[in-house]
Amino acid sequence: MNMKICGPKCSLCCTLISAWGIVQLGIMGILFWVRSPAFIEDLKIDDSIMHPAEVDIHGNAKRYLEAMDDSFHTIALNCWIAALLYIVTLFLSGWQLWVNNRISA
Amino acid sequence: MGSLFRSEEMALCQLFLQSESAYTCVSELGELGLVQFRDLNPDVNAFQRKFVNEVRRCDEMERKLRYLEREIRKDGIPVLDTGENPEAPMPREMIDLEVKFEKLENELKEVNSNAEALKRNYLELTELKHILKKTQVFFDEAMYPPNLPYDQDVYFDDEERVNLLTDSSLHQLKHIGFVAGVILRERIPAFERMLWRACRGNVFLRQAEMDDPLEDPASGEQVYKSVFIIFFQGDHLKMRVKKICEGFRATMYPCPEAPADRREMAMGVKTRLDDLNTVLSQTQDHRHRVLVSAARNIRAWMMKVWKIKSIYHTLNMFNLDVIQNGLIAECWIPVANLEDVQLALRRGTEKSGSLPAILNRLSTHEAPPTFHRTNKFTKAFQTLIDSYGVATYREINPAPYTIITFPFLFAVMFGDVGHGIIMALFGGWMVWREKPLAAKKTDNEIWNIFFGGRYIILLMGLFSMYTGLIYNDIFSKSMNLFGSSWHGVYDESTIEHNKELILDPGNREQYSQTPYPFGLDPMWQLSTNKINFYNSYKMKISIIFGIIHMMFGVILSVWNHRFFDRSMNIYCEFIPQVLFLTCLFVYMVFLVFHKWVWYGALGTVSQSSSCAPSILITFINMVLVKGYQDHEGEDCSPYMFAGQFGIQRFLLIVALLCVPWMLCVKPFLLHRNNKRRQLVTQANGGEGMVEEGGEAAAAAAAAAVTEELHDMGEVMIHQGIHTIEYVLGSVSHTASYLRLWALSLAHAQLSEVLWSMVLQIGLTSGGEGGSGGIVMYLIFAFWAFLTVAILVLMEGLSAFLHTLRLHWVEFQSKFYGGTGYPFVPFAFETILDQAENAVVEQ
Repeated sequence: MNMKICGPKCSLCCTLISAWGIVQLGIMGILFWVRSPAFIEDLKIDDSIMHPAEVDIHGNAKRYLEAMDDSFHTIALNCWIAALLYIVTLFLSGWQLWVNNRISA
Repeated sequence: MGSLFRSEEMALCQLFLQSESAYTCVSELGELGLVQFRDLNPDVNAFQRKFVNEVRRCDEMERKLRYLEREIRKDGIPVLDTGENPEAPMPREMIDLEVKFEKLENELKEVNSNAEALKRNYLELTELKHILKKTQVFFDEAMYPPNLPYDQDVYFDDEERVNLLTDSSLHQLKHIGFVAGVILRERIPAFERMLWRACRGNVFLRQAEMDDPLEDPASGEQVYKSVFIIFFQGDHLKMRVKKICEGFRATMYPCPEAPADRREMAMGVKTRLDDLNTVLSQTQDHRHRVLVSAARNIRAWMMKVWKIKSIYHTLNMFNLDVIQNGLIAECWIPVANLEDVQLALRRGTEKSGSLPAILNRLSTHEAPPTFHRTNKFTKAFQTLIDSYGVATYREINPAPYTIITFPFLFAVMFGDVGHGIIMALFGGWMVWREKPLAAKKTDNEIWNIFFGGRYIILLMGLFSMYTGLIYNDIFSKSMNLFGSSWHGVYDESTIEHNKELILDPGNREQYSQTPYPFGLDPMWQLSTNKINFYNSYKMKISIIFGIIHMMFGVILSVWNHRFFDRSMNIYCEFIPQVLFLTCLFVYMVFLVFHKWVWYGALGTVSQSSSCAPSILITFINMVLVKGYQDHEGEDCSPYMFAGQFGIQRFLLIVALLCVPWMLCVKPFLLHRNNKRRQLVTQANGGEGMVEEGGEAAAAAAAAAVTEELHDMGEVMIHQGIHTIEYVLGSVSHTASYLRLWALSLAHAQLSEVLWSMVLQIGLTSGGEGGSGGIVMYLIFAFWAFLTVAILVLMEGLSAFLHTLRLHWVEFQSKFYGGTGYPFVPFAFETILDQAENAVVEQ
């Protein structure tokens, strides 16, 4: 229970980044889920849908909108998974911070 | 009036102290910390001053205390910091302290030397023990040499063999001498070689390494040694062997031959070692006890000694008044604190029980020191101003305005909500944990700089959050809080066939005609011509802020002129300066506002954006007095409002007239005043000529004339420099404020690049599964680290420096003199802080 993996500076740094990551990735996940247009340049859309070869106005538009929705959905899930990983990291680095405090005290 | 508006009024006072009460009075003044003493004996050597003996005694005490502290730290005993502030002890107590320290030092030295002797003894005994143990093996081997060949033929039965060998070996051993000792392991090979060569191979060396390292008493480090024994025959070889052993610094021990004797010796050594161990541990305990009891008081003692030393240093600066057997001191005191100083002096004289001290106020033409009364919040901003130059005595202090303008101009260059939050949280944490962080005294300079500026950092962060909301920029993305005013109206086929489409602000469907309520519309972040719009906006507000800042500086100079009774300056400098600035640059600001309001998307063609004239071109043409030909029937007019040409010509003439006004009027007035005064003195001198020696008066008048001519030359030059500096400066400083635009553009672009090059990779990676999440996890950490390192730290430092420059050069050059010297009062607080920092650095 008292094993020290990283020193005081490392654990403090990790704790702060984890806390920041949870907040920011959580909010970004929510924003991607509700399809906020601010993130429109961050979407991943296949090249064939982005620059379609054939001229099929309605079909292309429909496919593009579907691809957008999928991408928003995927990225939102990715953000939340990363936020969860940061929760785990927060616990680990918080534990290390506590261990380091006990060693130095 | 005690405020930050201008520095405090100072009084030069003379202090008459009786000899008995001098010490206590100075001690009380040191606790008060509001008096700056002048050195009345500047030419006197340090060794010739009156109290040099006391200072020497204090130095001795300090040395003893430092020795004690070192010993305490060596033993790892924690030194308590109770936070108490002991008063400076009376001179009688000083003797007690000296005696106490002397006793402690001697005791400690004795204990240390005893411990060293004991350790040496212990070492010898340990070596002897090892020798006795190891040589047992050697002697056994000598009895039964291992390399005797046991041939089948040469097999003797045990008894015979033993007897035979015993006889011969004993016979041999009678003549064989030996020497046993201990030597450092590293020296063994050289030792062996030396022995072989010197004794021509006639000596026999056996050696065995000792497993445990021994402690060297002098240096305290662990060394490895080996036991050796040398067999030889004859006295000659014995001497040689002994000399070689001494040369190699091997310690030799007397080792008895017979095994029984050796056993007895071994037991004796063991008991002696046990005894020594107990004595050593008791010595260490005693030392530890002494140090622990000293550690309890050592901080209080140190502070007392520092206080005594500083009091005697101060007393050395006083003059001796032989007549009344007292000391005379000269000091600067803030007028508002004269009462407090009187009270402190009364307390001091009561403590020593003698006649009261006399405080006498002097009048002087010398420039007093500059004293600003600051608290922990305003101190940081005052330091920023003082780094450029301490304010002249009683000059207007730029610090209170800096409290707001500094963070604001920083925020204009930094504007990002996300980075502002990071900065504000960091500053807020430092302010919240002020007391425990201040108690930790580190010599990490970078941390001390950050901690000293914690209020500045907090304010900069908060203001950056505000400007971030205005620029609508949070980590390079925009927030849509109120609903954008732009709407997309194009249908699918138009979008399919066009790469870029324009939203027309004149079209009611595309732009809702009511702007976004607070800040920039979030749609701008996603448009390709975002930078064009931002540039125009940011450049114009930079100029507007710059002109306001500079105008404020010029107006502040009025208070300086009025206070120092230089009303001539108001008519000869202030008014033409304001007129010049207004006619040219405030007019340009007016043009900016007019263009913003008058020209728009809706309305007639002449009011459309395509017809809006460039302000820069208009301004240049104004100064070059270039008119426009009136084209009939053209929709666009080069003028923004009616009568512009006439107004511009008028403003230009007024501004140009201000230049000779600034240059010539003041010297002319001074010249006229001098002439008038000269006539008066000549009239008086004329009467004096009849009465006294006329020559002297005439010479004086002539000297006055030449002096006045010299002065006139100087005044003209000074005025010329001042005028050129102001006129050229107003143009260059106005352009200099464009750095507000440049840095905010750089910051926004860096932030965008970091997002699109780093975080976007993380967002767009990964397939359907959760692999994108892991990549996102890693890349976010990298992005966060770069954000803090590059955007917050590097850009923050850069914007801080530029804001500082804007204040120091563009703002303060309009009114600030900055030729004063700071008020450094004699205060125990500062002295103790300095002394402690010096100790920590060691």
